[in-house]
Amino acid sequence: MSLALPRRVARRSRVQVLVAAVVRESFFYAAVVFFVVIAAFPFYWMLITAFKQNSDLYNLASIPFWFSEAPTLEHIRYLFEQTLFARWLLNSAVIGVCVTAITLVTALPAGYSLARMTGRSGEALGIGVFMTYLVPPTLLFLPLSRVITILGLQDSMWSLVLVYPTFTIPFCTWLMMGFFKSVPREIEEAAIVDGCSILGAFIKMVLPVSVPGILTIVIFTFTLTLQEFVYALTFISSSAQKTITLGVATDLVRGDIYFWGELMAGALIASVPVAIAYNLFLDRFIAGITGGAVK
Amino acid sequence: MVALAEKAVRQKTSRFQFILDRPTVLGPLFVSPAILYVFALVGLPFLLAIYYSVSAYTIYSQSYRFVGLRNFIDIVQNPIFLQTLVNTFIFTFGSQIIGLILGKFGALLLLRPFPGRKLVRGLIILPWAVPVALATVAWQWMFDSLYSVINWTLIAMGLLTRADAPNWLGNPHLAMLCVIIINGWRFFPFAIVIFLAGITAIPQDVLDAATVDGAGFWRRNYQIILPMIAPIVVVGLVFGIVFTFTDLSIVYLLTNGGPVNATSVLGFEGFQVGIVSGDVAHGAAISLFMLPVLFVLTIVMLRAIRRQEI
Repeated sequence: MSLALPRRVARRSRVQVLVAAVVRESFFYAAVVFFVVIAAFPFYWMLITAFKQNSDLYNLASIPFWFSEAPTLEHIRYLFEQTLFARWLLNSAVIGVCVTAITLVTALPAGYSLARMTGRSGEALGIGVFMTYLVPPTLLFLPLSRVITILGLQDSMWSLVLVYPTFTIPFCTWLMMGFFKSVPREIEEAAIVDGCSILGAFIKMVLPVSVPGILTIVIFTFTLTLQEFVYALTFISSSAQKTITLGVATDLVRGDIYFWGELMAGALIASVPVAIAYNLFLDRFIAGITGGAVK
Repeated sequence: MVALAEKAVRQKTSRFQFILDRPTVLGPLFVSPAILYVFALVGLPFLLAIYYSVSAYTIYSQSYRFVGLRNFIDIVQNPIFLQTLVNTFIFTFGSQIIGLILGKFGALLLLRPFPGRKLVRGLIILPWAVPVALATVAWQWMFDSLYSVINWTLIAMGLLTRADAPNWLGNPHLAMLCVIIINGWRFFPFAIVIFLAGITAIPQDVLDAATVDGAGFWRRNYQIILPMIAPIVVVGLVFGIVFTFTDLSIVYLLTNGGPVNATSVLGFEGFQVGIVSGDVAHGAAISLFMLPVLFVLTIVMLRAIRRQEI
């Protein structure tokens, strides 16, 4: 391309080159705009619906893309005052914190062990653990609901604390395995020479330098628990125990009537933190999912 | 002082030193909590699911009586199930095609530096980041039978009249199309980042060498870039297919399987029969129809991972 360019420039007039460049650029930016509109329009629609007055929402005559009447905070106030929205936020936060704790305690040592201490069999075991991430909730929800009944956790948010680690542990173990492999061995060797045990070297030397990796799995565990829908739908039926995602999607429809203002306000509030967290840690997530091949 | 302190620590832990110093002991010890957790709550339930499918278990009569393949025979003879099976393949295939095509072109766009690229990438990633259940509710509002913004736009552009505006979720074919579009929309940002990850991992000198040797844009694209990123794309595609093939949230929220089972998929049908109706045995048998596909995909995935390591 770069080699061919000078010859072409010589053959064409300046104006032709300029026109071609402008056309190419406008095609490019039109394509970018097209992609952004496709991806983001539903969220724009959430945003604008959440702040519109009902009379404005259900008015076919006005242009729907902007406010015809003054924006209102009525839907958001309704969410917090008349529904269990605040409770769902709290439930999701509690579930997120507990699942993150369980995941850290199990996945950090497991990832370290598979990266450093188990050799070739560790590699195979790591792939095996990661593969369980592919076992879908829709295959496991029937037996798991039996397990939950036996444990007396039916219709309780604690059942989700028990079940969510089944997909966060495999994923985070895999992620940490790749991360620990990139930590130089010299760090632990120096500590061990200085009289540390392997466990001591792991806790005092390896974990502190792995803070970026740990932060990544904390964020991803949290977002995975927020995104989950199938298990929550299967195990939870009383409103007070629902997660934010389940509550907004299933509990804000009264009778058969959809109150779109409240629904969109709820969806928006629940989406924003996940979207931000995801964008910040996206590259690490992709590196994890593609097997650490991309560094 | 430091040496003294370390000596003290050493003495205190010395009783367990034989465990803490030996990788052969500590290694399995470290990995076992994770393995046990996953085994207890994925491995065992998985076996229980298989047993359910050959038993007569319902939530009303909880008997583990063995009935052989009768549940599977019942299911296969049900025309609704056959439609569900076909729907699942159409749903998966259709949405992955949309995802891949949009993903490939989106990746080509984002490969080039331009002002505001970070912001554009952040916006494009939204459909994959935001919980799919919440995004589906937004789409449901956009496909509303009366207040659909899509219909409003088409009418305003003069392409439709109010009288023949489509009822997106009320027509069996359109409903299927909607479900596919939403899932394709949800996966294309994922496809973009997978393609991007693959392409940026290709060493620039390989591409330069090909250019010098006279390879044009398309030739570089298909004979160098695509083969080199194939393993990563395969891994991404396996994820996409698994999560689509087994999903129920979009269908559950958007159409509830309707109209008249037109959008019912395997995960949804398993949920309806096994959880809602309480016929656990038949529900488990329906869900197990996912297994052959998952099995094949797992093998594909393993091979792709191995190719990456070489």
